[in-house]
Amino acid sequence: MTATTQPPSTPTEATWRGKLQEDQPDTSVEKTAAPGQARALLWDLLRPHRATVAVLAVAVIAENVARLAVPRLVQIGVDDGVPPLRDRRDGSTLTWVIVALVVALLLQAGLRMFFLLRSGRVGQNVLLELRRRVFRHFGTLDVAFHDRYTSGRVVSRSTSDVEAIQEMLENGFDGLITAVLTLIGTAILLLTLDLKLGLVCLLSFPFLVLLSLWFRRESAAAYRQVREISALVIVQFVETMTGIKAVQAYRREPRNQQIFGELADRYQQINIRTMRLVAIFMPGVKLIGNLTTGVALLYGGYLAMRGEITIGVLTAFLLYLRMFFEPMQEITQFYNTFQSATSALEKLAVVLAERPAIADPATATALTQVRGEVAFEDVQFSYVEGRPVLPGLDLRIPAGQTVALVGTTGAGKTTIAKLMARFYDPQHGRVTLDGHDLRSLDQQDLRRHVVMVTQENFMFEGTVADNIRFGRPEATDEQVRAAAAAVGAAAFIEALPEGYATDVAKRGGRLSAGQRQLVAFARAFLADPDVLILDEATSSLDIPSERLVQRALRTILADRTAVIIAHRLSTVEIAHRVLVLEHGRVLEDGPPAELTSADGGRYAALHRAWVESLA
Amino acid sequence: MSLDQHPTVPGELISPSRVAPKDRGLHRTDLGRLLPYLRPYRARLIVMFAVALASLGATIAIPLFTKKVIDGPVAHQDVRGLWVLGLAALGLGVLEAALWMARRWLVQLASTGVENDLRKDLYARLQVLPMSFHGAWQSGQLLSRIMNDLSAMRRFIGFAAVLLILNLIQVIVVTGILLAMYWPLGIVVLISIVPVAAANLHYERQFTKASRAAQDQTGNVATTVEESALGLRVVKSFGREDYVYDRFDAQAVKLRDIQLRKVTIMSRFWTLLEVIPTAALVIVLAFGARAVALDQITLGTLVAFITFMLNLVWPIASLGFLLSMLQETMTASTRVVEIFDAPREIESTGAAEVTPAGRLELRDVGFRFPGTEQWALRHLNLTVEPGQTVALVGATGAGKSVLTSLIPRLYDVSEGAVLIDGVDVRTLPLSTVRRVVATAFEDPTLFSMSVRENLTLGRPEATETEIRRAIEVAQAGFVDDLPFGLDTRIGEQGMSLSGGQRQRLSLARAVLSDPRILVLDDTLSALDVHTEALVEAALRNVLHDVTGIVVAHRASTVLLADRVALLEGGTITHVGSHAELLATVPSYRFLLAADDELDPSLAHEECWETDEEKQAIAHAHATVGIPEDEERR
Repeated sequence: MTATTQPPSTPTEATWRGKLQEDQPDTSVEKTAAPGQARALLWDLLRPHRATVAVLAVAVIAENVARLAVPRLVQIGVDDGVPPLRDRRDGSTLTWVIVALVVALLLQAGLRMFFLLRSGRVGQNVLLELRRRVFRHFGTLDVAFHDRYTSGRVVSRSTSDVEAIQEMLENGFDGLITAVLTLIGTAILLLTLDLKLGLVCLLSFPFLVLLSLWFRRESAAAYRQVREISALVIVQFVETMTGIKAVQAYRREPRNQQIFGELADRYQQINIRTMRLVAIFMPGVKLIGNLTTGVALLYGGYLAMRGEITIGVLTAFLLYLRMFFEPMQEITQFYNTFQSATSALEKLAVVLAERPAIADPATATALTQVRGEVAFEDVQFSYVEGRPVLPGLDLRIPAGQTVALVGTTGAGKTTIAKLMARFYDPQHGRVTLDGHDLRSLDQQDLRRHVVMVTQENFMFEGTVADNIRFGRPEATDEQVRAAAAAVGAAAFIEALPEGYATDVAKRGGRLSAGQRQLVAFARAFLADPDVLILDEATSSLDIPSERLVQRALRTILADRTAVIIAHRLSTVEIAHRVLVLEHGRVLEDGPPAELTSADGGRYAALHRAWVESLA
Repeated sequence: MSLDQHPTVPGELISPSRVAPKDRGLHRTDLGRLLPYLRPYRARLIVMFAVALASLGATIAIPLFTKKVIDGPVAHQDVRGLWVLGLAALGLGVLEAALWMARRWLVQLASTGVENDLRKDLYARLQVLPMSFHGAWQSGQLLSRIMNDLSAMRRFIGFAAVLLILNLIQVIVVTGILLAMYWPLGIVVLISIVPVAAANLHYERQFTKASRAAQDQTGNVATTVEESALGLRVVKSFGREDYVYDRFDAQAVKLRDIQLRKVTIMSRFWTLLEVIPTAALVIVLAFGARAVALDQITLGTLVAFITFMLNLVWPIASLGFLLSMLQETMTASTRVVEIFDAPREIESTGAAEVTPAGRLELRDVGFRFPGTEQWALRHLNLTVEPGQTVALVGATGAGKSVLTSLIPRLYDVSEGAVLIDGVDVRTLPLSTVRRVVATAFEDPTLFSMSVRENLTLGRPEATETEIRRAIEVAQAGFVDDLPFGLDTRIGEQGMSLSGGQRQRLSLARAVLSDPRILVLDDTLSALDVHTEALVEAALRNVLHDVTGIVVAHRASTVLLADRVALLEGGTITHVGSHAELLATVPSYRFLLAADDELDPSLAHEECWETDEEKQAIAHAHATVGIPEDEERR
């Protein structure tokens, strides 16, 4: 009804999505899991709870004994308790039976509640641990990984995959344990009741195993696709909601609806596929059970006619056979949830096994007093192999110096900034802070001293004050206000409906780009780093704000090292030194005044153009 | 589904919804209001239900049949009879399995279909809900609804709903049979239903509350996750991984605690439901024994009664998790219906598909953000004739960006009106307004699609020549250097572009959509001087043919306009040429004073900073400076 009725002219994903790399499917950003990786993760998560799990297993066994005792006790009551009562008015046996029943009942109730409560707790704690691990791990993975992996996928892994596992933990274990116990118990009963008949029934086992193997193979592939396609749905959804303003302004809705519809249809199709597999697997198990019962009836009837077994044994045998196949449904049901959770676990295990390319050293050099001298020593860097952005950069920035980077798009300015903040590591050469290779430093330690402000200016949920305080979480309100005042943000913040307590409302939607830049500045100012990197951090400011920021910068930058990337030369002019870059090489290097007056220089030309633009 | 038929041509902004209006009867609950979504699958569901009943029949028939085989042919040494009846029993077994399969097969399309239809409609709805809605709702909440809650519904329809109904039927039938067998004991069984119902009523409210809290908290966790994923680079820049983790952890722990509350309620409720039938069994045994002793019934009847009663244990015990799933589905449906019920606010009215000349008039416009008292804009009047361009100049926070979102009706005015060709935009079809108005936003949003797709966002039918022209205007020729040219994927999942490149694409997009009214919201801020000059030269031609609004922070951008409107305190205080305003309005001069910038040799300290200000900064810096104890750490 859905995917099949699309008109032939409908553009497929390939046409709108565009190309990124040749012959690479979208999912290739994710590695495939090694066999057993998912299970290893599951055991690892359960390990701290093994004592509880053992207790729970005992409780479940005891509970089952109590549960199974009930029908048996009722039977004893009827067979041995009622006749004496009827015939001799002797109720003693029945009384004992009823007392035993009440005890069994209370035991069952108590143990059941204990089990549900405890296993629920274990499940929730395992989930919490998994959530924590995944979140923390995504945080340690480097920017290059995130560039590739994208936020939508991070969201999908951390939410819907974890929830797939939650399903297993919530409706899994107790049924399984009960089922397996019943299965084993009845299998023994069957064999002791009549070995020949029992062995005939066990012939069904190879078929069950074959069916399960088939299901496992097929469902593993299908559930893996479920995880992948649900990630695509989430990615599309998140992107639409993040860019809703542009979507609405450009009437993108119908097209989006179509794209989303296609993904949602694919999601439905793959869900149907998994359901089909179950729709074959579970009735298949039922069929094997029914056929076995039928064969047992025929063969048993034949044996009974020949007098090899009694009719009573046959009746009991068939009854137990039924009990034998009943829990199979429960087991297959669990197996299905387990398969679904396994593919989610696989995805998470792969993420958790991902090693950050930018890792902390085993023994980090502790940074205490940072002077702020930054140096690039023959640094070579490329994002894509064979396309060097920095072919070999040597650069020394003495402590306290303010350097401005100027150059066209692709000159490598932002790359230099990112290497300084260790978003990436160079492929060759080294970047140093006070002579320490950045790779020898602890990252969080490093970033307390080296802070980068970009155009991105991401606002977190919360108030304006919260967002400024992001620069230093322990700062007092007064310090927050002082930071805002210092960068000239105080005026606009105080004019907001609730001042510093104003909610920035979903990623700062209510603040203009300029206002967000000011908040980001205040944030950086509050962080008080020794090295400050400003990457186009003032582009959206209006002139008065820029003036204020520049004025503040003179003070802020006075006692620290700074790298400023700005196309607006008014910002560049405050630097001690200007570097003109082209294709990752330094073409001009000197104080702005000197470069401005240099004949035929690039910076001089740039400066002239800028002066003209102001006229 | 119906959406697939009218896609690419951007027509009216549809938001199909089959959610029934709130009324009495079946549609009283939120789950009931979603019933129309079952309609397309009605036939299937009826057949499935019949099949389920038949398979229940088969399940009951098989043991009876087995018994018959043993009592008949086996007992009477009838070999032929054994074969006939035995094979029939086999056949019945095959039939039962087949019916099971049929049931599962039939429910697939219904359960996933309802989920899929709801998901698409929800997405459609979210796309047309106003910016005010999107500003107020956490994105994680929306995500958890469109994924989590809908899957909960799918699982309920696909599995629990049938079971719930079948089990209830089984309970009713078995109880009826028991009543018929021996009514005094039957009454005991009937009475045991009372605590079941009471337990349900008692726990239902608690459970609904907990499950709502859990689902909401799942959304909060999703929000934190999404936020830290999107803000990752800022988190890394400041080395604040620990801080962000703590925020997440607080939410995750809260979710765990709510889930544990649910676990506690469930463990009690489920246990109770499992114990009640067994307890009833004990009572029946006691009373039954007495009845046998008094010769009111035979022992055989008691045995039959008890054997039959065992059939009640599982259906009642299973009510525990089935009712929990029902509760969860009801909570999920409430959360979904909330979105469908959110007022669209910005409704599309009017049918005339006209192409206005583009005369823009803001008449006594006032605007307040929803939920705030403060006027962001008030008594604002401005008229721009076709072919004219007005520059909007104002300090940060003066309301320039808000003003630009009023024109394409991303927000509606709180008072006054925005008129195009003298017609209130609120009486025009929304698609017309947004076709006529194109905005290049200050935040250039690119989607993870090809460059072409990103550019033709507002006009999928644009020709290659038009695309080329737009690229030319925006100086976005860099796209040809991308690995696959216009087919290269950009956006978050594609090639990353610099701020200036993104702005240029955003501008090209606005130009390409061939609007009557072109709004440029500080679109050139990230461009270098040289490129900016080229873009401005090209833009001049474009602006010549349209009504232009240019939000400007620089004199160079202001010069694109014929007139300048100065926005102060939420209203337009001065309109005039750049030169006039520069000469006569001090606040304008303050905003756009190029003189100070022009001459960097001016001693900034002297002319910009009073001693007072200098001290303020020095003081702030001292306050903010690292406290001593921290330095030691």
